[in-house]
Amino acid sequence: MKDFAAFDVTTMLDDLIVCPQCDAVYRMNKPKNGERAVCQRCHKVLIAPRRNAGLHIIAVAFAVLFLIIGAAVFPFLTIDAAGNKNAVSILDAALAFSGGPMIFLSLATAGLIIFVPLMRVLLTLYVLVPIVLDRPAARFAIRAFRLSESLRPWSMAEIFAIGCAVALVKVAGLATVGFGPAFWMFGILVVLVIAQDSFMCKWSVWYRLEHPKNS
Amino acid sequence: MVSSGTSKEFISARDLGLVACRRCTKAWPISATVCARCGHKLQSRDPLSLQRVWALWLMGAICYIPANIYPMLRTQTLFQVDESTIIAGAVELAHHGSLGIAVIILFASVVIPLAKFWAVAYLAISVKTPSSVSMQRRQMLFEIVEYIGRWSMIDIFVVAILSALVQLKTLATINPGPASIFFALSVIFTMLSAQAFDSRLIWDAQAKKGDKKSDE
Repeated sequence: MKDFAAFDVTTMLDDLIVCPQCDAVYRMNKPKNGERAVCQRCHKVLIAPRRNAGLHIIAVAFAVLFLIIGAAVFPFLTIDAAGNKNAVSILDAALAFSGGPMIFLSLATAGLIIFVPLMRVLLTLYVLVPIVLDRPAARFAIRAFRLSESLRPWSMAEIFAIGCAVALVKVAGLATVGFGPAFWMFGILVVLVIAQDSFMCKWSVWYRLEHPKNS
Repeated sequence: MVSSGTSKEFISARDLGLVACRRCTKAWPISATVCARCGHKLQSRDPLSLQRVWALWLMGAICYIPANIYPMLRTQTLFQVDESTIIAGAVELAHHGSLGIAVIILFASVVIPLAKFWAVAYLAISVKTPSSVSMQRRQMLFEIVEYIGRWSMIDIFVVAILSALVQLKTLATINPGPASIFFALSVIFTMLSAQAFDSRLIWDAQAKKGDKKSDE
Protein backbone atom coordinates (compact mmCIF):
# COMPACT_ATOMS: atom_id res chain seq x y z
CA MET A 1 0.00 0.00 0.00
CA LYS A 2 3.00 2.23 0.67
CA ASP A 3 3.90 2.34 -2.98
CA PHE A 4 0.65 3.92 -3.95
CA ALA A 5 0.02 6.19 -0.99
CA ALA A 6 2.22 8.99 -2.31
CA PHE A 7 0.40 9.26 -5.61
CA ASP A 8 -3.08 10.09 -6.64
CA VAL A 9 -3.75 6.77 -8.34
CA THR A 10 -6.27 8.21 -10.75
CA THR A 11 -3.50 10.16 -12.51
CA MET A 12 -1.56 7.02 -13.33
CA LEU A 13 -4.27 4.74 -14.67
CA ASP A 14 -2.36 4.13 -17.88
CA ASP A 15 0.57 2.72 -15.90
CA LEU A 16 -1.51 0.21 -13.99
CA ILE A 17 -2.61 -3.27 -14.84
CA VAL A 18 -5.10 -5.24 -12.76
CA CYS A 19 -5.32 -9.01 -12.68
CA PRO A 20 -8.83 -9.88 -13.89
CA GLN A 21 -8.91 -13.02 -11.74
CA CYS A 22 -7.85 -11.76 -8.33
CA ASP A 23 -8.00 -7.93 -8.61
CA ALA A 24 -4.34 -7.40 -7.63
CA VAL A 25 -2.95 -4.09 -8.91
CA TYR A 26 0.48 -3.82 -10.52
CA ARG A 27 2.49 -1.02 -12.00
CA MET A 28 3.03 -1.92 -15.59
CA ASN A 29 6.42 -2.95 -16.83
CA LYS A 30 5.86 -4.18 -20.34
CA PRO A 31 7.67 -7.48 -20.94
CA LYS A 32 9.91 -7.93 -23.98
CA ASN A 33 8.95 -10.27 -26.80
CA GLY A 34 9.03 -13.85 -25.60
CA GLU A 35 8.78 -12.84 -21.94
CA ARG A 36 5.64 -13.04 -19.88
CA ALA A 37 4.10 -10.89 -17.18
CA VAL A 38 2.42 -13.12 -14.63
CA CYS A 39 0.23 -12.19 -11.66
CA GLN A 40 2.33 -12.87 -8.56
CA ARG A 41 -0.69 -13.80 -6.51
CA CYS A 42 -2.82 -16.11 -8.67
CA HIS A 43 -0.31 -16.82 -11.47
CA LYS A 44 -2.56 -15.70 -14.30
CA VAL A 45 -0.58 -14.71 -17.42
CA LEU A 46 -1.34 -11.03 -17.96
CA ILE A 47 0.87 -10.10 -20.94
CA ALA A 48 2.74 -12.48 -23.24
CA PRO A 49 3.94 -10.65 -26.36
CA ARG A 50 5.60 -12.56 -29.21
CA ARG A 51 7.53 -11.37 -32.20
CA ASN A 52 5.40 -11.23 -35.35
CA ALA A 53 2.51 -12.78 -33.44
CA GLY A 54 0.00 -10.80 -35.51
CA LEU A 55 1.36 -12.11 -38.79
CA HIS A 56 1.41 -15.71 -37.53
CA ILE A 57 -2.14 -15.47 -36.24
CA ILE A 58 -3.38 -14.08 -39.55
CA ALA A 59 -1.65 -16.84 -41.52
CA VAL A 60 -3.13 -19.50 -39.26
CA ALA A 61 -6.54 -17.83 -39.34
CA PHE A 62 -6.67 -18.03 -43.15
CA ALA A 63 -5.74 -21.70 -43.02
CA VAL A 64 -8.44 -22.32 -40.39
CA LEU A 65 -11.00 -20.45 -42.49
CA PHE A 66 -10.47 -22.67 -45.54
CA LEU A 67 -10.30 -25.82 -43.44
CA ILE A 68 -13.60 -25.06 -41.69
CA ILE A 69 -15.38 -24.53 -44.98
CA GLY A 70 -13.81 -27.66 -46.48
CA ALA A 71 -14.45 -29.78 -43.41
CA ALA A 72 -18.11 -28.74 -43.32
CA VAL A 73 -18.80 -29.52 -46.98
CA PHE A 74 -16.79 -32.63 -47.87
CA PRO A 75 -17.77 -36.10 -46.63
CA PHE A 76 -16.47 -36.73 -43.17
CA LEU A 77 -17.03 -40.41 -42.44
CA THR A 78 -18.36 -43.28 -44.50
CA ILE A 79 -19.83 -46.49 -43.17
CA ASP A 80 -20.29 -49.81 -44.90
CA ALA A 81 -22.04 -52.85 -43.46
CA ALA A 82 -23.20 -55.74 -45.64
CA GLY A 83 -23.70 -53.56 -48.69
CA ASN A 84 -25.51 -50.75 -46.87
CA LYS A 85 -23.51 -47.58 -47.28
CA ASN A 86 -23.79 -44.14 -45.78
CA ALA A 87 -21.58 -41.07 -45.96
CA VAL A 88 -21.96 -38.06 -43.70
CA SER A 89 -20.49 -34.58 -43.52
CA ILE A 90 -19.97 -32.67 -40.30
CA LEU A 91 -23.12 -30.69 -41.03
CA ASP A 92 -25.07 -33.96 -41.27
CA ALA A 93 -23.72 -34.96 -37.88
CA ALA A 94 -24.71 -31.63 -36.38
CA LEU A 95 -28.18 -31.87 -37.88
CA ALA A 96 -28.74 -35.45 -36.65
CA PHE A 97 -31.07 -34.29 -33.92
CA SER A 98 -34.30 -33.70 -35.75
CA GLY A 99 -37.92 -33.49 -34.74
CA GLY A 100 -39.56 -31.50 -31.96
CA PRO A 101 -37.34 -29.94 -29.31
CA MET A 102 -34.35 -31.88 -30.67
CA ILE A 103 -33.97 -29.20 -33.34
CA PHE A 104 -32.58 -26.96 -30.63
CA LEU A 105 -29.83 -29.49 -30.08
CA SER A 106 -29.05 -29.55 -33.80
CA LEU A 107 -28.65 -25.79 -33.88
CA ALA A 108 -26.51 -25.81 -30.76
CA THR A 109 -24.24 -28.57 -32.09
CA ALA A 110 -23.83 -26.89 -35.48
CA GLY A 111 -23.06 -23.64 -33.71
CA LEU A 112 -20.50 -25.10 -31.31
CA ILE A 113 -18.51 -27.06 -33.88
CA ILE A 114 -18.79 -24.93 -37.06
CA PHE A 115 -20.30 -21.48 -36.69
CA VAL A 116 -18.64 -20.31 -33.48
CA PRO A 117 -15.11 -21.30 -34.67
CA LEU A 118 -15.88 -19.74 -38.07
CA MET A 119 -17.15 -16.54 -36.48
CA ARG A 120 -14.06 -16.29 -34.26
CA VAL A 121 -11.74 -16.64 -37.24
CA LEU A 122 -13.55 -13.95 -39.21
CA LEU A 123 -13.59 -11.58 -36.24
CA THR A 124 -9.89 -12.19 -35.59
CA LEU A 125 -9.00 -11.38 -39.20
CA TYR A 126 -11.21 -8.29 -39.15
CA VAL A 127 -9.47 -6.95 -36.06
CA LEU A 128 -5.88 -8.01 -36.73
CA VAL A 129 -5.36 -7.35 -40.45
CA PRO A 130 -5.53 -3.53 -40.14
CA ILE A 131 -3.37 -3.61 -37.00
CA VAL A 132 -0.64 -5.70 -38.62
CA LEU A 133 -0.68 -3.50 -41.72
CA ASP A 134 -0.23 -0.45 -39.45
CA ARG A 135 -3.49 0.99 -40.65
CA PRO A 136 -6.09 2.64 -38.42
CA ALA A 137 -8.23 0.02 -36.69
CA ALA A 138 -11.33 -1.17 -38.52
CA ARG A 139 -14.71 0.26 -37.54
CA PHE A 140 -16.21 -1.58 -34.58
CA ALA A 141 -12.90 -3.45 -34.17
CA ILE A 142 -13.21 -3.11 -30.40
CA ARG A 143 -16.68 -4.58 -30.35
CA ALA A 144 -15.58 -7.34 -32.73
CA PHE A 145 -12.65 -8.35 -30.55
CA ARG A 146 -14.81 -8.32 -27.43
CA LEU A 147 -17.34 -10.61 -29.12
CA SER A 148 -14.56 -12.92 -30.29
CA GLU A 149 -13.23 -13.19 -26.73
CA SER A 150 -16.64 -13.91 -25.24
CA LEU A 151 -17.19 -16.69 -27.79
CA ARG A 152 -13.96 -18.41 -26.82
CA PRO A 153 -15.38 -20.98 -24.36
CA TRP A 154 -18.13 -21.92 -26.83
CA SER A 155 -15.79 -22.95 -29.61
CA MET A 156 -15.72 -26.74 -29.29
CA ALA A 157 -14.04 -28.10 -32.41
CA GLU A 158 -11.39 -30.00 -30.44
CA ILE A 159 -14.01 -31.66 -28.24
CA PHE A 160 -15.89 -32.78 -31.34
CA ALA A 161 -12.66 -34.36 -32.60
CA ILE A 162 -12.34 -36.52 -29.47
CA GLY A 163 -16.06 -37.32 -29.76
CA CYS A 164 -15.31 -38.66 -33.22
CA ALA A 165 -12.68 -41.02 -31.90
CA VAL A 166 -15.09 -42.38 -29.30
CA ALA A 167 -17.87 -42.80 -31.87
CA LEU A 168 -15.53 -44.66 -34.22
CA VAL A 169 -14.63 -47.21 -31.59
CA LYS A 170 -18.31 -47.69 -30.81
CA VAL A 171 -19.20 -48.51 -34.43
CA ALA A 172 -16.02 -50.40 -35.27
CA GLY A 173 -17.52 -53.75 -34.31
CA LEU A 174 -20.73 -53.12 -36.24
CA ALA A 175 -19.44 -51.96 -39.61
CA THR A 176 -16.44 -50.81 -41.63
CA VAL A 177 -15.82 -47.11 -41.24
CA GLY A 178 -13.87 -45.04 -43.76
CA PHE A 179 -12.50 -41.53 -43.50
CA GLY A 180 -13.48 -38.81 -45.98
CA PRO A 181 -11.24 -35.82 -46.81
CA ALA A 182 -13.08 -33.70 -44.26
CA PHE A 183 -11.86 -35.99 -41.49
CA TRP A 184 -8.21 -35.09 -42.12
CA MET A 185 -9.04 -31.41 -42.65
CA PHE A 186 -10.77 -31.40 -39.30
CA GLY A 187 -7.77 -33.01 -37.61
CA ILE A 188 -5.43 -30.26 -38.87
CA LEU A 189 -8.02 -27.64 -37.99
CA VAL A 190 -8.06 -28.66 -34.34
CA VAL A 191 -4.28 -28.34 -34.04
CA LEU A 192 -4.32 -24.91 -35.74
CA VAL A 193 -7.13 -23.56 -33.55
CA ILE A 194 -5.20 -24.50 -30.42
CA ALA A 195 -1.98 -22.96 -31.83
CA GLN A 196 -3.81 -19.76 -32.71
CA ASP A 197 -5.16 -19.33 -29.19
CA SER A 198 -1.71 -19.77 -27.70
CA PHE A 199 -0.10 -17.14 -30.01
CA MET A 200 -2.61 -14.47 -29.14
CA CYS A 201 -1.70 -11.94 -26.45
CA LYS A 202 -5.02 -10.27 -25.69
CA TRP A 203 -3.47 -7.41 -23.80
CA SER A 204 -1.27 -6.45 -26.76
CA VAL A 205 -4.31 -6.35 -29.05
CA TRP A 206 -6.25 -4.14 -26.64
CA TYR A 207 -3.22 -1.89 -26.28
CA ARG A 208 -2.86 -1.50 -30.05
CA LEU A 209 -6.56 -0.78 -30.44
CA GLU A 210 -6.21 1.93 -27.83
CA HIS A 211 -2.98 3.40 -29.23
CA PRO A 212 -3.21 3.05 -33.01
CA LYS A 213 -0.10 3.90 -35.00
CA ASN A 214 -0.95 6.89 -37.10
CA SER A 215 2.28 7.06 -39.06
CA MET B 1 6.74 -6.50 -13.39
CA VAL B 2 6.67 -4.38 -10.25
CA SER B 3 4.34 -5.76 -7.66
CA SER B 4 2.45 -3.61 -5.23
CA GLY B 5 3.59 -3.65 -1.62
CA THR B 6 5.82 -6.42 -0.37
CA SER B 7 5.99 -9.81 -2.01
CA LYS B 8 3.35 -11.32 0.26
CA GLU B 9 0.85 -8.48 0.48
CA PHE B 10 -1.11 -7.54 -2.54
CA ILE B 11 -3.41 -4.62 -2.92
CA SER B 12 -6.67 -4.95 -4.76
CA ALA B 13 -8.05 -2.41 -7.18
CA ARG B 14 -11.09 -1.96 -4.96
CA ASP B 15 -8.94 -0.90 -2.00
CA LEU B 16 -7.27 1.72 -4.18
CA GLY B 17 -10.62 3.18 -5.20
CA LEU B 18 -10.29 1.69 -8.66
CA VAL B 19 -12.33 -0.72 -10.68
CA ALA B 20 -10.66 -3.09 -13.13
CA CYS B 21 -11.89 -4.18 -16.51
CA ARG B 22 -12.02 -7.96 -16.42
CA ARG B 23 -11.81 -8.20 -20.20
CA CYS B 24 -8.76 -6.00 -20.91
CA THR B 25 -7.15 -5.52 -17.44
CA LYS B 26 -7.27 -1.71 -17.55
CA ALA B 27 -7.89 0.22 -14.32
CA TRP B 28 -10.50 2.98 -13.97
CA PRO B 29 -11.78 5.20 -11.14
CA ILE B 30 -14.39 3.31 -9.14
CA SER B 31 -17.19 5.55 -10.44
CA ALA B 32 -16.68 4.39 -14.05
CA THR B 33 -19.36 2.04 -15.40
CA VAL B 34 -18.01 1.13 -18.83
CA CYS B 35 -14.40 0.48 -19.83
CA ALA B 36 -13.37 3.20 -22.28
CA ARG B 37 -10.80 0.91 -23.87
CA CYS B 38 -12.84 -2.19 -24.68
CA GLY B 39 -16.42 -1.23 -23.80
CA HIS B 40 -16.86 -4.01 -21.24
CA LYS B 41 -19.17 -3.33 -18.30
CA LEU B 42 -17.29 -2.46 -15.13
CA GLN B 43 -18.33 -3.66 -11.72
CA SER B 44 -15.97 -3.76 -8.78
CA ARG B 45 -17.80 -6.72 -7.23
CA ASP B 46 -21.04 -8.00 -8.64
CA PRO B 47 -23.45 -8.35 -5.69
CA LEU B 48 -25.62 -10.72 -7.75
CA SER B 49 -22.73 -12.96 -8.80
CA LEU B 50 -23.40 -15.69 -6.25
CA GLN B 51 -27.16 -15.60 -6.77
CA ARG B 52 -26.62 -16.12 -10.48
CA VAL B 53 -24.17 -18.94 -9.81
CA TRP B 54 -26.68 -20.76 -7.62
CA ALA B 55 -29.61 -20.22 -9.98
CA LEU B 56 -27.72 -21.62 -12.97
CA TRP B 57 -26.21 -24.38 -10.83
CA LEU B 58 -29.70 -25.47 -9.81
CA MET B 59 -30.92 -25.48 -13.41
CA GLY B 60 -27.95 -27.61 -14.39
CA ALA B 61 -28.55 -30.04 -11.53
CA ILE B 62 -32.25 -30.37 -12.38
CA CYS B 63 -31.47 -31.11 -16.03
CA TYR B 64 -28.88 -33.66 -15.02
CA ILE B 65 -31.51 -35.95 -13.43
CA PRO B 66 -33.61 -36.67 -16.57
CA ALA B 67 -30.35 -36.87 -18.52
CA ASN B 68 -29.55 -40.02 -16.56
CA ILE B 69 -33.06 -41.49 -16.36
CA TYR B 70 -34.08 -41.28 -20.01
CA PRO B 71 -32.32 -43.19 -22.79
CA MET B 72 -29.46 -41.43 -24.55
CA LEU B 73 -29.36 -43.70 -27.59
CA ARG B 74 -32.02 -45.71 -29.38
CA THR B 75 -30.38 -48.54 -31.35
CA GLN B 76 -32.55 -50.44 -33.81
CA THR B 77 -31.10 -53.63 -35.23
CA LEU B 78 -32.75 -56.36 -37.30
CA PHE B 79 -34.63 -58.00 -34.47
CA GLN B 80 -34.62 -55.67 -31.55
CA VAL B 81 -34.74 -52.11 -30.29
CA ASP B 82 -32.28 -51.13 -27.58
CA GLU B 83 -32.67 -48.05 -25.47
CA SER B 84 -29.72 -47.34 -23.25
CA THR B 85 -29.09 -44.63 -20.71
CA ILE B 86 -25.66 -43.03 -20.34
CA ILE B 87 -24.49 -45.41 -17.63
CA ALA B 88 -26.06 -48.53 -19.17
CA GLY B 89 -24.43 -47.69 -22.50
CA ALA B 90 -21.01 -47.42 -20.88
CA VAL B 91 -21.49 -50.67 -18.97
CA GLU B 92 -22.50 -52.42 -22.18
CA LEU B 93 -19.36 -51.11 -23.91
CA ALA B 94 -17.23 -52.46 -21.09
CA HIS B 95 -18.89 -55.89 -21.50
CA HIS B 96 -18.06 -55.83 -25.21
CA GLY B 97 -14.44 -55.33 -24.33
CA SER B 98 -13.83 -51.63 -25.06
CA LEU B 99 -12.98 -50.83 -21.49
CA GLY B 100 -11.00 -47.69 -22.36
CA ILE B 101 -13.89 -46.04 -24.18
CA ALA B 102 -16.31 -47.01 -21.41
CA VAL B 103 -14.01 -45.28 -18.93
CA ILE B 104 -13.80 -42.13 -21.12
CA ILE B 105 -17.58 -41.95 -21.40
CA LEU B 106 -18.16 -42.56 -17.70
CA PHE B 107 -15.55 -39.97 -16.91
CA ALA B 108 -16.89 -37.30 -19.28
CA SER B 109 -20.58 -37.80 -18.55
CA VAL B 110 -20.70 -38.85 -14.91
CA VAL B 111 -17.51 -38.06 -13.00
CA ILE B 112 -16.82 -34.62 -14.54
CA PRO B 113 -20.40 -33.27 -14.22
CA LEU B 114 -20.72 -34.47 -10.62
CA ALA B 115 -17.28 -33.13 -9.73
CA LYS B 116 -18.25 -29.83 -11.33
CA PHE B 117 -21.45 -29.53 -9.32
CA TRP B 118 -19.45 -30.18 -6.18
CA ALA B 119 -16.63 -27.78 -7.10
CA VAL B 120 -18.86 -24.82 -8.06
CA ALA B 121 -20.98 -25.29 -4.93
CA TYR B 122 -17.86 -25.55 -2.78
CA LEU B 123 -16.36 -22.38 -4.28
CA ALA B 124 -19.58 -20.44 -3.85
CA ILE B 125 -19.86 -21.52 -0.21
CA SER B 126 -16.14 -20.96 0.51
CA VAL B 127 -16.27 -17.24 -0.28
CA LYS B 128 -18.97 -16.78 2.35
CA THR B 129 -17.51 -18.89 5.14
CA PRO B 130 -13.93 -19.20 6.38
CA SER B 131 -12.13 -21.87 4.43
CA SER B 132 -9.05 -23.84 5.35
CA VAL B 133 -8.08 -24.39 1.72
CA SER B 134 -5.62 -21.81 0.42
CA MET B 135 -6.71 -19.20 -2.10
CA GLN B 136 -4.22 -20.45 -4.67
CA ARG B 137 -5.75 -23.92 -4.42
CA ARG B 138 -9.28 -22.58 -4.79
CA GLN B 139 -8.28 -20.41 -7.75
CA MET B 140 -6.73 -23.47 -9.35
CA LEU B 141 -9.91 -25.47 -8.71
CA PHE B 142 -11.92 -22.70 -10.40
CA GLU B 143 -9.63 -22.69 -13.44
CA ILE B 144 -9.88 -26.48 -13.74
CA VAL B 145 -13.68 -26.25 -13.55
CA GLU B 146 -13.75 -23.60 -16.28
CA TYR B 147 -11.40 -25.56 -18.50
CA ILE B 148 -12.86 -29.01 -18.08
CA GLY B 149 -16.56 -28.10 -18.13
CA ARG B 150 -16.71 -27.91 -21.91
CA TRP B 151 -15.40 -31.45 -22.28
CA SER B 152 -18.68 -32.90 -20.99
CA MET B 153 -20.17 -32.05 -24.37
CA ILE B 154 -18.25 -35.02 -25.76
CA ASP B 155 -21.15 -37.40 -25.19
CA ILE B 156 -23.53 -35.17 -27.12
CA PHE B 157 -21.12 -35.11 -30.06
CA VAL B 158 -20.76 -38.90 -29.95
CA VAL B 159 -24.55 -39.24 -30.10
CA ALA B 160 -24.68 -36.75 -32.99
CA ILE B 161 -22.02 -38.60 -35.01
CA LEU B 162 -23.52 -42.03 -34.34
CA SER B 163 -27.05 -40.91 -35.22
CA ALA B 164 -25.93 -39.36 -38.48
CA LEU B 165 -23.62 -42.18 -39.47
CA VAL B 166 -25.50 -45.32 -38.49
CA GLN B 167 -28.54 -45.04 -40.75
CA LEU B 168 -28.29 -48.41 -42.49
CA LYS B 169 -31.95 -48.93 -43.34
CA THR B 170 -33.18 -52.21 -41.87
CA LEU B 171 -29.79 -53.44 -40.73
CA ALA B 172 -29.14 -50.94 -38.00
CA THR B 173 -30.15 -47.42 -37.14
CA ILE B 174 -29.19 -45.26 -34.19
CA ASN B 175 -31.27 -42.29 -33.07
CA PRO B 176 -30.79 -39.84 -30.22
CA GLY B 177 -32.92 -40.33 -27.12
CA PRO B 178 -34.58 -37.62 -25.01
CA ALA B 179 -31.71 -37.66 -22.49
CA SER B 180 -29.42 -35.96 -25.00
CA ILE B 181 -31.25 -32.66 -24.86
CA PHE B 182 -31.32 -32.64 -21.06
CA PHE B 183 -27.66 -33.52 -20.90
CA ALA B 184 -26.71 -30.71 -23.30
CA LEU B 185 -28.78 -28.25 -21.26
CA SER B 186 -27.14 -29.42 -18.06
CA VAL B 187 -23.64 -28.87 -19.51
CA ILE B 188 -24.57 -25.42 -20.85
CA PHE B 189 -26.12 -24.32 -17.55
CA THR B 190 -23.15 -25.47 -15.49
CA MET B 191 -20.76 -23.69 -17.89
CA LEU B 192 -22.78 -20.49 -17.45
CA SER B 193 -22.83 -21.03 -13.70
CA ALA B 194 -19.03 -21.26 -13.56
CA GLN B 195 -18.74 -18.16 -15.76
CA ALA B 196 -21.04 -16.23 -13.43
CA PHE B 197 -18.70 -16.88 -10.50
CA ASP B 198 -16.52 -13.86 -9.76
CA SER B 199 -13.13 -15.32 -8.82
CA ARG B 200 -12.10 -12.04 -7.19
CA LEU B 201 -14.39 -13.01 -4.31
CA ILE B 202 -11.92 -15.79 -3.45
CA TRP B 203 -9.16 -13.24 -2.91
CA ASP B 204 -11.16 -10.62 -1.03
CA ALA B 205 -10.75 -12.63 2.16
CA GLN B 206 -6.99 -12.04 1.94
CA ALA B 207 -7.50 -8.30 1.62
CA LYS B 208 -9.63 -8.37 4.77
CA LYS B 209 -6.96 -10.28 6.68
CA GLY B 210 -4.37 -7.73 5.52
CA ASP B 211 -6.49 -4.86 6.87
CA LYS B 212 -6.72 -6.51 10.28
CA LYS B 213 -2.95 -6.86 10.43
CA SER B 214 -2.35 -3.21 9.64
CA ASP B 215 -4.87 -2.16 12.28
CA GLU B 216 -3.03 -3.98 15.04
